[in-house]
Amino acid sequence: MQSTTAPPIISVRDVRRSYGRGQNRFEALKGVSFDIHAGESVAIVGKSGSGKSTLMHVLALLDAPSSGTVELEGVDTSTLRGRRLNTTRNKTFGFVFQQFFLTANATVLENVLLPMKIAGVRRGDRRRRALAALAQLQLEDKARNRAVNLSGGQKQRTVIARALVNNPRIIFADEPTGNLDTATGAVVEDILFSLNRESGITLIVVTHDEELAGRCDRRILIRDGLLVEDEAVAA
Amino acid sequence: MRTVDLIGTAVANTFRSKTRTILTILAIFVGAFTLTLTNGLGTGINAYIDDTVSSVGASDTMTVTKTSETAGGLGAATSGPKEYDPDAVAATGAGAPGSTVVALTPTDLDELGRIDGVLDVQAVKSISTDYIEAGGGTKYVVGVGGLISGQSVTLVDGAQPDDDTDTLQLVLPTSYVEPLGFGSDADAVGQTVTVAITDAQRTQHTVDATVVGVAEESLASPTGASIVPNAALTDLLYETQNIGVPSDQVERYAQASIRFGADATDEQVTAVKDRLADAGYTGTTVADQLGTIKTVIDGIVLVLNAFAIIALLAASFGIVNTLLMSVQERTREIGLMKAMGQSSSKVFALFSIEAAFIGFLGSAIGVGIAVLAGTGISAALSGSLLADLPGLDLIAFDPVSLGIIVLVVMVIAFLAGTLPAARAAKADPVESLRYE
Repeated sequence: MQSTTAPPIISVRDVRRSYGRGQNRFEALKGVSFDIHAGESVAIVGKSGSGKSTLMHVLALLDAPSSGTVELEGVDTSTLRGRRLNTTRNKTFGFVFQQFFLTANATVLENVLLPMKIAGVRRGDRRRRALAALAQLQLEDKARNRAVNLSGGQKQRTVIARALVNNPRIIFADEPTGNLDTATGAVVEDILFSLNRESGITLIVVTHDEELAGRCDRRILIRDGLLVEDEAVAA
Repeated sequence: MRTVDLIGTAVANTFRSKTRTILTILAIFVGAFTLTLTNGLGTGINAYIDDTVSSVGASDTMTVTKTSETAGGLGAATSGPKEYDPDAVAATGAGAPGSTVVALTPTDLDELGRIDGVLDVQAVKSISTDYIEAGGGTKYVVGVGGLISGQSVTLVDGAQPDDDTDTLQLVLPTSYVEPLGFGSDADAVGQTVTVAITDAQRTQHTVDATVVGVAEESLASPTGASIVPNAALTDLLYETQNIGVPSDQVERYAQASIRFGADATDEQVTAVKDRLADAGYTGTTVADQLGTIKTVIDGIVLVLNAFAIIALLAASFGIVNTLLMSVQERTREIGLMKAMGQSSSKVFALFSIEAAFIGFLGSAIGVGIAVLAGTGISAALSGSLLADLPGLDLIAFDPVSLGIIVLVVMVIAFLAGTLPAARAAKADPVESLRYE
C-alpha cells in the first residue's frame, strides 16, 4: 500500500457524466470521488452498464466529465486542450483492451511502435525501444510476424508491449483477460502485476472478474453510476 | 507524428485493401489517360502550327486587299445583283476560290503607304504559269507562290531565293523533284528548269531559271506546292505575262503586303487594321489566318478535355467511396490512435494523403501509358495517314502539362478525400473503441 501523504496521481472529485438531453437524458456517472496514488493497482468493478467503462474513459482523458474535476498529477485535466492533451495521453497512458485492437495485417513490431510513431520518435530509436519492449515480454522472435497470426496470449502480450513502449505512468487494462483462457489469462495477469510491482506503473483494471479484482491492491465497486465500495483488498 | 511517418503510413495504408485500391486507381487511370492524350493532341497540332508560323517568319507583315462586297468570302450573302466594277480581278491566294476582289492600283498603294503604322507597301504580283519542265522531260502544271518581305520557305535542301541578284532563281517544292527527273533533293539544287508562261496575246514564252533550293510542303506553308521565284524571275515572269495588256491596266494587283513594326503589339496591329478598314482595305496577318485554325483546334481539345475531366470526376466519387469504406473498417484503429494521442488534424492528414496518393498512382500510371500510347499512335499515323504532312507529330507531350495533369488529378483526389478524412478526424475514440 502506498503512503497516503504523497499527492495522488489521479484525483476524481464529484465526477458526473450524462448523455443525451431532456427525456433521453441518461446519467452514466452520478457523482464519483476518489484518489489513486502512484504505484497502486486498482480494480474498477461493476456489472455491464454500471458506468465503469465511462469512468475509465474519463480517467484516460478519452471523455470529459459533464461536471466535476479530474486532476492528473495535480493538473486539472479540463485545462488540457489540443496538443497538450494529446501529448499527455501519449506519454502518460498505456492501454490494454479485451479486443486487443491490433492492426491485423501489420507486423507485431509495427503494432508496438505505433505510440512512438504518433509521438514522433525517430525511426531507429523507436525500433530499438519496440524491440526492447518485445524482449521484455518474450516476443522478440515474433517481431516480424503479422499480428493476425498470433495466438490470443501472444496478442495480449503484444498489446502490453505496445502499452509499455512509451514508459507510461498509468496502464489502463479493460477486461485484459476477457478473451483469454484461464491459463493464458493468468500469465497476462502476472505480467501486468509484475509491471506494477517492479516498474511502479500505476495499474487501473476495469473488470467484472472478481478473481482478477482480488489480485489488485484496491477494489472500487461502481453500481448505477455511483461508487458503492472503495476498499483495500487483502492480497 | 512526423510528416515523413504520416506520408509513409498513408502510403502503406493505400495498399491494405489491394483490390479496392487497384479498382479506384483504374478509374483514375482512365481519366488521366484520356486527359493526357487529348492534351497531347492539342499540344501536337498547335506545336506544328507554331513551327509553321515561325518558319513562315512574317510576324510583321499583313496581306491587304481592297474591301469589296464579296470580300466576306465564300457564300457571303449579298443583297441582289452586284454592280459591275471594272477594277475587279479574280483573286489568287487570299479569299475563296472563284471570288473576286477589287484590284489595287498604284494610287491605292500610295494611299496604303500613307496610313499610320505602315512601314512599307509591296504589291503582290500574281503570276500564273503554264508548266514547268526540266531537260525536255514531262511538263507539269505548277503554281507560283510569292513571298512577302520577311517570309521564308522551309527548305529541305539548298538556299532561299536571293532577291538581290539578277540571276533567275527559284525554289522547287519537294514533290516536283522526282517527277522532273532529279535523283534527290540535293541533286535538284543547281539544276536548270524551264517555266512556260502565256501572255495576254495568247503567246507562250519560256524562261529558264536555276533551282537554288527545295522546299518542304506543309499544311500552312506560305506557298504550298508552288515554285518560289526570286525578285528577278518574278519581275521577268510578270512582265512576260503582261505583254499585250493595255499600259493603264498593267499595274493592277489583287493584293499587297504591308509591313508594320516587328515589335508591334497586338493592339497596334489591330489599330493598323482599323485604319486600313477606315480607308476601305482589309488587312489579314498570317497569325489571323492560322489563328482561326488554332481556335478551332483549341475548341475541340477543350471539349475532349471536358470529357476527360468528367471521367476524373466520376473516378473521384470512387475515391470517396473507397476511403469511406476504409474509414469504416479502420474505426477501431482510428479510435486507438486518438486514444494514444494522435491529433484529429493528423488523422485528417493521414486520409487526405492517402487519397492524394491514390490520385498520384492513377494519374502517374495513366500519364505514363498515355505517353507511350500517344507516341506509338503518332509514329504509326505519321508513317501512313498523315504522311502528307511532314513534321506533324499528331500527339506531342510537354513535361510541364504532364506535370500539371498529375497535379490536377492529385488535387481532385485530395478534395475527394476530404469528406472521408473529415469523418475519420471527427471519430470519437470512446465510440470507436466500444465493443459491448
